[in-house]
Amino acid sequence: MDVRSQIAMVFHLDKCIGCHTCSIACKNIWTDRKGAEYMWWNNVETKPGTGYPSKWEDQEIYKGGWGKRNGKIHLKGAGKRRGLVNIFYNPNLPVIDDYYEPFTYKYLDLIESPQGDDQPTARPVSLITGKPIDIKMGPNWDDDLGGTPDYARNDPNMKNITPEEQEVMFQLEKMAMFYLPRICNHCLNPACVASCPSGAIYKRGEDGIVLINQQVCRAWRMCVTACPYKKSYFNWHTGKSEKCILCYPRLEAGLAPACMHSCVGRIRYLGVLLYDADRIEEAASADDKDLIKSQMDIILDPFDEDVIKAAKENGIADSTLHAAQASPIYKFVKQWGLALPLHPEFRTLPMLFYIPPLLPVMASVKKVDNTTEADKKAPLAKKWNNDWIYDTSTEELWGKLEQIRFPLKYIASLFSAGDEDVIKEVWKKLMAVRIHRRRVTVGDITNEKADNTLSEAGINAEMADAIYALTSLPKFEERFVIPAAHREQAIEMMDFTGDTKGATGFGFKSKVKRGV
Amino acid sequence: MAYLDNFILIALPYVALTVFLIGSIYKYTHRKFQFSSLSSEFLEGRRLFYGSVPFHWGILVVFCGHLTALLIPRGILAWNSQPVRLMVLEITGFIFGISMLVGLINLIIRRYTTPRLRPVTNAMDLVIYILLFLQTFAGLWIAYSFRWGSSWFATLLTPYLYSIFTLHPDTTAVALLPWPVKAHIAGAYLIIGILPFSRLVHLLVLPLNYLWRPYQQVIWNWDKKKVRNKKTPWSLQRPENT
Ligand code: SF4
Ligand code: SF4
Repeated sequence: MDVRSQIAMVFHLDKCIGCHTCSIACKNIWTDRKGAEYMWWNNVETKPGTGYPSKWEDQEIYKGGWGKRNGKIHLKGAGKRRGLVNIFYNPNLPVIDDYYEPFTYKYLDLIESPQGDDQPTARPVSLITGKPIDIKMGPNWDDDLGGTPDYARNDPNMKNITPEEQEVMFQLEKMAMFYLPRICNHCLNPACVASCPSGAIYKRGEDGIVLINQQVCRAWRMCVTACPYKKSYFNWHTGKSEKCILCYPRLEAGLAPACMHSCVGRIRYLGVLLYDADRIEEAASADDKDLIKSQMDIILDPFDEDVIKAAKENGIADSTLHAAQASPIYKFVKQWGLALPLHPEFRTLPMLFYIPPLLPVMASVKKVDNTTEADKKAPLAKKWNNDWIYDTSTEELWGKLEQIRFPLKYIASLFSAGDEDVIKEVWKKLMAVRIHRRRVTVGDITNEKADNTLSEAGINAEMADAIYALTSLPKFEERFVIPAAHREQAIEMMDFTGDTKGATGFGFKSKVKRGV
Repeated sequence: MAYLDNFILIALPYVALTVFLIGSIYKYTHRKFQFSSLSSEFLEGRRLFYGSVPFHWGILVVFCGHLTALLIPRGILAWNSQPVRLMVLEITGFIFGISMLVGLINLIIRRYTTPRLRPVTNAMDLVIYILLFLQTFAGLWIAYSFRWGSSWFATLLTPYLYSIFTLHPDTTAVALLPWPVKAHIAGAYLIIGILPFSRLVHLLVLPLNYLWRPYQQVIWNWDKKKVRNKKTPWSLQRPENT
């Protein structure tokens, strides 16, 4: 047993309001520079949708992640043989148009144009060429199901959903969606690291953050192909790849990463997981249907005596162990079994887990006659002839699981490699917590019914209360349990941290200059 | 003529090799960030295929050919002792030379006709394109008109190059070669000289160790066990800052 500690994350999708505050926080700190304008280390996409870059989930196109052949895993689009043979031209590299061409507007024209008959306009100009462009795509072009025929219907997860089911999904009154915020997963079996021919990408031993050394990256651009989540980006200006650094300078100072700190919906949790590094390859090589289980298996119990002993032998600090015991991630992922990795079938063993959304699934729309109601409330107000209401009342929820608006298959294709039972189990628990809490707070549900749902979901009232507390009422310190970084032992205070890391984000010590 | 010969065959190589050595070492130690192939595939990913692939495979084979003649001239001569084998060698080299030239032309056209590539193109790129083009063209011309290059490279050029490396330059034989050959030699020195200052640096950092390194890489800031061991002296607990 080789115990290591990893900073892991949970995103609670029911709480995400799709405000993109996280993306902006990240952009402001890290990627607001030339060559990185198009990068969104943190992005929030609307599901169903094609995402960013377009159709990133379709590995027929991008050949990301690991495949399995004869019981062994191999990189689909990179690796020692494929990567070196394709080094002169990488056939599976997404290009700028798959993201979008970054642009700005010539605002100065509004002020400086000479007097004339026409209003001056601020024309869009490309941030690459500086020439005027016709904007074809921009960040979050498909936000909130905009352009559904082009985007949502081309979602790669629709592959297994029959045309009839799709029609039902896209009926205007029934249409449902949810947001999927994504950052680098800081995987345990990172495809980006494995694909880098120069060895510029590495996982930090102390906390598992995956970084790209900017001094060693040589623009072989294999990581961009290899990362199935497309979270390694190529900076066209510097000729280096860059990726999310999990705000390690903030983490080392005990602060939450910017995206998590600023999250309006407070959907984000961060904490330590202990795992067994000896079994990474074994876990990543499991059969598709066992992948989630095998990934959960190598996550170790931080209260187990043997684990604690092995961890100490491995040099893991007591403060890190305490953080692991208080970790909200351990609770959501292992103890409660509520959070799942995104696309486990990519086999990178992601360390960012999602609690699948229940709200768009359980809510239904009802046709009601609301004229009398409206009359009563505001007799003078305009009457909307919209008589559909979004109904999220908890009664009889459970019976509706089979008639939900989002096909179970769709969610399963995102979070469980297609295994619907896994999703059902999580949903049962989430639903049970809601019904239990409704009994406690509103009291219109009988004890018998609430207890039944709880036992059917395999949890008890105590657990449900804990889940409820950590979901709805957590304080900052409960959402982010950040272990001390012990940097005092790593780097002397005198040193410039950028020297040691050589990773993105600290600004460049030598001028970004092409050629001479 | 003798002055020019001496310049091209004696002065130039020493200047070029010195600049190359000092330049590369300085760049690697002080400007490591600039070691990059500066790939532009991300901005233009379709036409690159028709340039980069034929060019790189061509130059790879042609370069290995030159290197073999330099390292094992006797091997080449022995191989060439049979006309069929000589033809095979020469024709292979020529085909790859053509592929290099075609690739290069495609690359040049692509670079100067794609608006998106303008911001990532600089003067040095143009210098390299011109040098490489002339060099490739001269090489093909020589291979075609002054036969058989593989043999006389091994008998004439290899001893000359050794004389340069051993600091006893001897140009008697090489000075008699026709001027296109001398131009090709001069071109080679020029390219070597500017290599550290151009995007060509990427060939100094070919990722060969990828072949034997394990796929996954973990880097620790400090030796996790040693640093927490109470017996480790304080001076050693401090991690190296490299
Ligand atoms: S999400 Fe992608 S970039 Fe991040 S660690 Fe995993 S493989 Fe690497
Ligand atoms: S800030 Fe939070 S709530 Fe807003 S989009 Fe990002 S993850 Fe969702």
